[in-house]
Amino acid sequence: MKYIYFRLCLVGKFFKKRLVILFMKSTILLGTRKGLIAYTLKNGTWQLENSSFEGIPVSIAYADDRSGTWWACLDHGHWGVKLHYSVDRGVTWHEVPAPAFPEGSEVKPGVPATTRYIWAMNHGSITNSSRLWLGTDPGGLFLSEDNGQNFQLNASLWNHPTRVNGWFGGGRDLPGIHSIVVDPRDENHIFIGISCAGVFESLDGGNTWHIRNTGLRADFLPDPNQETGHDPHILVAAPSNPDILWQQNHCGIFKSIDRGLHWIDMSESDGPARFGFAIAVADDNPDQAWVAPAKADENRIAIDKALCICRTDDGGKTWKQLRNGLPQQNAYDIVYRHALASAGDTVAFGTTTGNLFFSPDRGEHWETINNYLPLVHSVQFVR
Amino acid sequence: MTIRFTKSLKRFFPELTTLNVHSDSLQSVLMEVNKIYPGIRQYILDERGSLRKHVNIFIDGEMLNDRITLSDNIDTANEIYILQALSGG
Repeated sequence: MKYIYFRLCLVGKFFKKRLVILFMKSTILLGTRKGLIAYTLKNGTWQLENSSFEGIPVSIAYADDRSGTWWACLDHGHWGVKLHYSVDRGVTWHEVPAPAFPEGSEVKPGVPATTRYIWAMNHGSITNSSRLWLGTDPGGLFLSEDNGQNFQLNASLWNHPTRVNGWFGGGRDLPGIHSIVVDPRDENHIFIGISCAGVFESLDGGNTWHIRNTGLRADFLPDPNQETGHDPHILVAAPSNPDILWQQNHCGIFKSIDRGLHWIDMSESDGPARFGFAIAVADDNPDQAWVAPAKADENRIAIDKALCICRTDDGGKTWKQLRNGLPQQNAYDIVYRHALASAGDTVAFGTTTGNLFFSPDRGEHWETINNYLPLVHSVQFVR
Repeated sequence: MTIRFTKSLKRFFPELTTLNVHSDSLQSVLMEVNKIYPGIRQYILDERGSLRKHVNIFIDGEMLNDRITLSDNIDTANEIYILQALSGG
């Protein structure tokens, strides 16, 4: 009897492992300073599946998990911002018109608005398969209702009364929208993150926008509690409870448990989990999150030149340092805002010095996929 | 007049070659070029119609003056050369 039970357990473990592999997002899509790169796990090793747009900066590489379409947001040094998509995992690409500001748009009086950078991309909802959002520098939010063939500026946000005098550059010369969070339960419920302005929420599909910065601090301003001018580096919602929001802010790690109405500082007072750019939240636990600390803020390198990811399992009350497998000396890496991702038990991040690390166990152990990549702008797990 | 292009644009427009165009302004030259190579105008100009920051246009060997509206006189020009400026690494 004991033997039969043991055999059943083995069979169960075998099928569980097979199921995990079957449903695991086993491709890592990278946007880098020198192109789009995809690694896929095959026979236990990460192998290069695709390398596209070699030599061209890719600000965001984004896979739409509704359709499997890959998108590449290009930042040509010479030829401007471009947008391409692929329906065959990067084998062939098609260019569509990049988002453009309407005639007469101005960043401020006398300064014409042109699309300088695509800094965020997200699909509109699971139910509406043709809707796509883009966030840009200089602060324009764009929407496509035809699966990316055409994008229109969201006029309501662009005309928000705080924009001209209450938004400014942070990380880039002009304000930039780097985060677009769509509520999976309601496609008209949207949060965006802007450097530097803060968090804005729309409950009506982008027709009206509400400022959600209560509880944030902007220590770099004369009045740290002013209404706008805050610097969320990245904003994410917990996949398993979208009412819980997290942000890695210039001034700390903040969490909201009431859909952005109030923010609470969850930074460590003495430990490394404070300044950084990236944050990822577990698919199955709104209290589990990872951050990639950096030495704040005028000296942006790894703290003590030792690379570390911090994870909280209790909603930010405590943070655990995860260093097993990461370089602990002579490391200058920092992790940009879109370059840390999780999916199930797996976590991956790319760095400014071209390292790509992967963990199969939520950060307890790290393995190196490549030490010789270009600067990594974005990391996403895809099927 | 002859319109020449930097070789780096051939990556995006593989058929690109030197053209002969009759036109009275730089903007209309680029409109004509765009008819032959659809989309190329957006590589050279931004959505305001201004020359992109790291692109240059030379008119008979002289760099254009007006990068914003491209109003330089080309009535007597023989050659227009569209180049990328050196930048980045």
